[in-house]
Amino acid sequence: MFLYPFIWMLSASLAPENELSDLVLFPTHFTLSSYIQMLAKIPVGRALFNSLFVSVSVTAGVLIFSSMVGYALSRLYFRGRELIFYIILFTMTLPFQITLIPQYILIVKFGWVDTYLALIIPYFMNALGILIFRQHFKTIPQDLIDAARIDGCGEMYILFRILWPISIPALLTVAILTFMGSWNEVLWPLIVIRSEQLMTMPQTVTLFAVGGRAEAQLGVKLAAATMLAIPILVAYIFFQRYFIQSMASTGLKE
Amino acid sequence: MKQQHTIKIIPYLMVSPYLVHLCLFVLFPVFFSLFLMFFRWNIISPMEYIGLQNFYKLFQDRLFFRSLGNTLVFLLIHIPLQILIALLLAELLNQKIKFRSFLRASYFLPVIISGVVVTIVWWQLYGYDTGLLNRILVKLNLPKMGWLISPGMAMPSIAIMATWKNVGLYVVLFLVGLQTVPGQYYEAAEIDGASHWQQFRYITLPAINPTIFMVVILSTIGGFSLFIEPYIMTGGGPLNSTMSAVLYIYKQAFTYYHMGYAATLGFFFAVIIMLVVIIQRKLIEKD
Repeated sequence: MFLYPFIWMLSASLAPENELSDLVLFPTHFTLSSYIQMLAKIPVGRALFNSLFVSVSVTAGVLIFSSMVGYALSRLYFRGRELIFYIILFTMTLPFQITLIPQYILIVKFGWVDTYLALIIPYFMNALGILIFRQHFKTIPQDLIDAARIDGCGEMYILFRILWPISIPALLTVAILTFMGSWNEVLWPLIVIRSEQLMTMPQTVTLFAVGGRAEAQLGVKLAAATMLAIPILVAYIFFQRYFIQSMASTGLKE
Repeated sequence: MKQQHTIKIIPYLMVSPYLVHLCLFVLFPVFFSLFLMFFRWNIISPMEYIGLQNFYKLFQDRLFFRSLGNTLVFLLIHIPLQILIALLLAELLNQKIKFRSFLRASYFLPVIISGVVVTIVWWQLYGYDTGLLNRILVKLNLPKMGWLISPGMAMPSIAIMATWKNVGLYVVLFLVGLQTVPGQYYEAAEIDGASHWQQFRYITLPAINPTIFMVVILSTIGGFSLFIEPYIMTGGGPLNSTMSAVLYIYKQAFTYYHMGYAATLGFFFAVIIMLVVIIQRKLIEKD
């Protein structure tokens, strides 16, 4: 029941034009004509690359900076620590609807419209990641950290060389959540990117489906949608358990 | 001595990139939004101070209130449906069934797939003449339904699609909640002669109350963000029945470039969202 629409999408994208209106599940012959037409009309490879580049960059940034702040908030003692934590919590309650337009204006004023910077930088750091890391680092035994400090290790070293290797679950959770969020994000790219060369995959597929380029050809649209779904699907097949765990844990933390 | 100094600076070093980012991309936008509400601006021309005119415009903007109403319709259908189906599925899956892994993989899949993909596929399923759903109805000698073309049905159709997409996540959450109840409770209740309904009401329900709360909050926030589904499927129609609030704000800002007005709308909408969440919290926690 849950897979059916996707199976239909896949088979319809592989079906010849004339069969589409009769199609219930599987076509009689398979053909790649929809895919070929799609490739001729939209820069799929480019869009996939853009999405990958942006999502990977964002994920890297979030992992690094969120773990830093999470570590500082959980294991280091300094004035203003609690205050900063509450400020961060508070900002999480703000709905994006209020920051959307001013953020766009910022991008315009920085001259970042139609650049990768506009897609990456606003998402480069993220409060949810901080919460997850902070929670996780609290469970690390203090002795481990004390021992490292006595050995003369700097805090950054402790974080990246000692704590990261033993924090794989937390790293994976944040990485999956961030990557997924970034990959599927479409409102923001629609706002800040106008040039086809820089559009992300969801954006390209959206504009393709909604605009006239697909010339109302169902098969081609479905081919594009399939292309969009495949990368996450592949990741899901390998990391299924982690996907489910990650998303469930955000719910539990509310 | 030198150790102490170093320890004091490092935390601030670690935290400051994020704080800078926060100020720039969260705090500044909020304040700028509050400022922008009093101006008319289309980015190219200079800002024009217009006092409270945006507010007057908002209160007379029937389309904006229509969009709020549409969002409410969506939520009123989506949330109960979500809870019912997710709970049902979770109960079913809580028993030992074969193929549990496969089932779990399949119901969770729509959760992680992009909304764009889901929307495009369901767009075709909902097609009046060529869509799969209507074709099946016709084969069963039932009348076709105007899923996306009837103003009364369009938003509910989107709500159904959204439920299909997200229910997997909530099933997982409910399963976790259900599994916190020790089996002995149910056994003891059986022995005491409690019916299934009584067992559900007095054992299960209290245990999953926090989960229900979470599902409501998450669904609500998701519902208030509804954008790409109507954008792709209906463009806000038919007769503006699927114009979600975010879609409306988007159009004001990026089709008409009414930046000041859009900022006003965004602010009010954000306030409404926060109020709704607070009210929900109060209501549910009383239960």
